Amino acid sequence: MIEARGISKSFGDTKVLKNVSITFEKGKTNLIIGQSGSGKTVLMKCMVGLHEVDEGLITYDSRVFSDPENSNGSSKSIERKSIRKEIGMMFQGGALFDSLTVEENIIFPLSMFTKMTEEEKVDRANFCLDRVHLENANTLFPAELSGGMQKRVAIARAISMQPKYLLCDEPNSGLDPRTAIVIDNLIHEITQEYQITTIINTHDMNSVMEIGDKIAFIYKGEKWWEGSNNEILNSDNEHLNDFIFAASYLKKLKQHG
Amino acid sequence: MNVFKHVGSFFLMIQQVFHRPEKASIYFKQTIKEIDSLGLDSLGIVAILSVFMGAVIVIQTAFGIDAAWIPLYLIGFTARESIILEFSPTILCLILAGKVGSHIASEIGTMRVTEQIDALEIMGVNSAGYLILPKILAAVFIFPFLVTISMGLAMFGGWFVGVSAGVITTSDFVYGLQYDFKPFNITYALIKTVFFAFIIVTVSAYCGYYTKGGSLEVGKSSTRAVVYSSITILLFNLLITQLLLG
Repeated sequence: MIEARGISKSFGDTKVLKNVSITFEKGKTNLIIGQSGSGKTVLMKCMVGLHEVDEGLITYDSRVFSDPENSNGSSKSIERKSIRKEIGMMFQGGALFDSLTVEENIIFPLSMFTKMTEEEKVDRANFCLDRVHLENANTLFPAELSGGMQKRVAIARAISMQPKYLLCDEPNSGLDPRTAIVIDNLIHEITQEYQITTIINTHDMNSVMEIGDKIAFIYKGEKWWEGSNNEILNSDNEHLNDFIFAASYLKKLKQHG
Repeated sequence: MNVFKHVGSFFLMIQQVFHRPEKASIYFKQTIKEIDSLGLDSLGIVAILSVFMGAVIVIQTAFGIDAAWIPLYLIGFTARESIILEFSPTILCLILAGKVGSHIASEIGTMRVTEQIDALEIMGVNSAGYLILPKILAAVFIFPFLVTISMGLAMFGGWFVGVSAGVITTSDFVYGLQYDFKPFNITYALIKTVFFAFIIVTVSAYCGYYTKGGSLEVGKSSTRAVVYSSITILLFNLLITQLLLG
């Protein structure tokens, strides 16, 4: 379980996150939804320490990851480093290493942090690639892959270290609806199969309805709503409804029950 | 104030670079790759530049010596001194700052804007250490070899053109090369080279590592890397020369 309590973050005079508190549950696909510029990515970057929070507490299974009020230099960084090794993250653009092949990308964290033999690492890479349905792509470079394939390699790399936590920043942005569903389902299956805590940043309503076990809606840096995909369509939150029923025909459908 | 901020950030980055590596064997492999990328890939341009510059130095020196009482071997002597003291260690490093520096800044800058550096950080890898330390080790190791090769090739170019153009004989040129030779000059040149190699890599890496934005900013970082590392090289050239020869 990942817990964010009272998170605030500003860039200069702009307050991007305002006292956001969310609990992300284990074995569930937790979604953070909101419009572009609402602060979803900043929240996710705070969750992994790429941005330091101004206020608030972030814990991973009760282990403190970020606490600006009680930060103790070295012990904080040691704890953070050990937690980070348990996090798999998939970036919006994939963030695959250009100079490495698909296989080398997946093997990279294994080489860095495990004592596996070359054979074991290749086996693990093949297993991860099979898991994301990308057989025989081992020797290709990221530039030779399509957008959907790059996202799948990014998932394979993220799960190669058998993480306890999987964070995905807009995993299906830039993909066609069919490939987007494949990626969503893949993340959902992996979450349930390995019982990990997954957080996905998205503004794709298909993802929300398909895989959103738990959803938090962020609007202008504040959390406005929290619930499941079964509850979201019946919510009376004005901002959430504006977001979900952005298309006028959907609005009409909602008005007519 | 901005300068102090950059100097502070630069030294903080250097501190991060010299943290204990996560896995020495990976850093070692990376260093070997960088020796190839930063050093061996530069051999071509080093060779061409050195041969032509050596040739020009000899022609210019011969042109300047028109008094009959000045011995011709002075052409070889002057060429040797110019090449060892200034051309090979300084001018060549300025040119390498353009080639290698822009390469480093754009490579690291692109990794920054495409979130590859963030990906390294989240994996728990010291990104500055992993990306920059092997480059420093590679450059500090290989640049002295490049400069030594450059010295040899520049003298060869000078001899070839000097003899071909009939401005000097082989024996005069070789005598000039050996005349009043001070081995310390080579040491001085190699000490300078090691400092310049460090400057080129760290300044360029700094420009790339703190790139913000997109491809336009990567281009700007690349330009900044060449300008800042060249200025720093000139500054340290003066400082080291004063310390070692002054």
